[in-house]
Amino acid sequence: MDVTINIRRYDPEAEQPGSYWESFDVSVADNATVLDALIKIREEMDGTLTLRCSCRSAICGSCAMRINGHAGLACKTALALAVDENNSVTIEPAGVMRVVKDLVVDFELFWDKIRAVEPYLQPSGAEPEGEYIASNESMLHLSGVTACIMCGACVSDCTVLEVDPTFLGPAALAKAYRFTADPRDGNREGVSRERLRNLSEATGMWDCTRCNECVQACPKGVAPMDRIMGLREQALQAGFTNNNGARHTGAFTESVGHSGRLDELRLPIKSVGGVTNMAAMISYAPVGWRALTHGKMPPIRHKNVENVENVRRLFRKLEPELAGSQIGRNSPFG
Amino acid sequence: MKYAFFPGCVSQGAAPELYPAAVLICQRMGIELEEIRGWTCTGAGVMQERNQLFADTLNARNFAKAEQMGLPILTICSTCQGVMSQANKRMTRDPEYLAEINSHLAEEGLEYKGTAEPRHLLWILIEDIGLDKVTELVTRPLSGIRMAPFYGCYIVRPTEALDIEEHPERQTSLETLIETLGATVVDFEGKTRCCGFPILTINEKNSMAMVGKHTSEAKDLGADAMVTPCPLCHLNLDGYQPKASAQLKRSVDLPILHLPQAIGLAMGISPQELGLQKHIMSTQPLTVKLGAAR
Repeated sequence: MDVTINIRRYDPEAEQPGSYWESFDVSVADNATVLDALIKIREEMDGTLTLRCSCRSAICGSCAMRINGHAGLACKTALALAVDENNSVTIEPAGVMRVVKDLVVDFELFWDKIRAVEPYLQPSGAEPEGEYIASNESMLHLSGVTACIMCGACVSDCTVLEVDPTFLGPAALAKAYRFTADPRDGNREGVSRERLRNLSEATGMWDCTRCNECVQACPKGVAPMDRIMGLREQALQAGFTNNNGARHTGAFTESVGHSGRLDELRLPIKSVGGVTNMAAMISYAPVGWRALTHGKMPPIRHKNVENVENVRRLFRKLEPELAGSQIGRNSPFG
Repeated sequence: MKYAFFPGCVSQGAAPELYPAAVLICQRMGIELEEIRGWTCTGAGVMQERNQLFADTLNARNFAKAEQMGLPILTICSTCQGVMSQANKRMTRDPEYLAEINSHLAEEGLEYKGTAEPRHLLWILIEDIGLDKVTELVTRPLSGIRMAPFYGCYIVRPTEALDIEEHPERQTSLETLIETLGATVVDFEGKTRCCGFPILTINEKNSMAMVGKHTSEAKDLGADAMVTPCPLCHLNLDGYQPKASAQLKRSVDLPILHLPQAIGLAMGISPQELGLQKHIMSTQPLTVKLGAAR
């Protein structure tokens, strides 16, 4: 198979460092991976091409990079499936992290975030007489997230990290879930209150946009975003509800549970803690005014769907706690 | 062709221009829409993070109603598409879970049999109606217009929930449609990224940074407009563009069109009828360039 590999290269020691594209035409076996082709280029065409790799079996997590714009492992990507109709493929270093040279990025940001979530068991309270007991079921559940090989593909493609490097990010939050969901971590009931409290703060679990980039990028099926949703569920259950993210999901569910549809006028107000949050109200004013003057303000009177009683019955049955706290339900001041 | 219409909350709430524009172009294309009576919100992924069972049950309720109508589901919202597809996969893959959900629906006399295949208008145009038919109806080609696609996360990821493997053409469906309308595609990195809407009330600064990044990137590549099949993306990219622009400290002024509006313009429908005057970012530079009267 003859293919063209377009590589975004970068040499920090060049007289005028800057990234540039270079194309290599290589001939490889039909079943070659992207990594096979890169190694061939390095060994036979340009010894200065710099990349990380080791196991070639999707275990070590060294060769994550962007293939046709999306992060993945070069060793796990079949070249035949990656090339376009012109038999060409584009290779770039992983995103978000600083490029050191060519396809090698600096993992400092990645490890800083992993360290920030204190990735080790932290039981609290009295030690048990014997060993800590963990059920098979709970360990099986954790096997999904412990499959992480720290390749950084999720971090590379995270839409939030792209604009805000302070976000903990998908890898570290999934790692945090690995401990909050471990029955040996936290108190005797296995609730990791301190972790959930910290992760509910800014830059934590609620800053995720749920864009699914990390789910798509992860080569090991860890589905970091789904773990972040797991963290949110745990945090809500543990009572950490005094933040905009928690209020948002509560107000959203309440609106739909009560009327069947979303009340778009009241939702943002409730999410920021009601009209008493003057700073937020003032910041909304220009947006609200523009919407009003363009005839696109959501209806003031939010209508219920036909046979809404059936929806409310499901709400009471499946979400009894929220359905029971109906204070200020239809008030913009709620 | 007749469909069970699932418009989604936003097309009747904060983006009220979308619903009539979609209905109008469907009429012209001979697509018959029968709205699912008493449909509810899909949960938008927000309810799912709190209570997946409740959210999935509401989706099953919508699907069961569509099954009773005997019609395939058509939606006009990328977010609804993704959330419905994901919920549908969870239910149809796990008979026990579906049985549990059906036990809750039984009190209303409903049962979801697992046959729904919710699809966005964007996909239906290509898969059912056909691009030949769309081309036939293009009476005012958008030639000379440079249009940037913006998909919305949920209609592109996760690919597994959206049956992308069986339908690889879905990954480039928006570009395909833009070309069919006669416009030039402005390909840019942000087209499948997040618009920032889901964190608008949680981290507005990041949300605005995303709006600023995508709109300015498309603008700098010479886009006259951006088109999106997702009304939530539209809310952020259009409604919050002034704020994002202020944060970015530069002007962007990029008109953002709903997918049916772009189609409608190419079909010769007036900007007024398509509700373009309801947008926050003026669409006038676009309509002037297109030579479209009010």
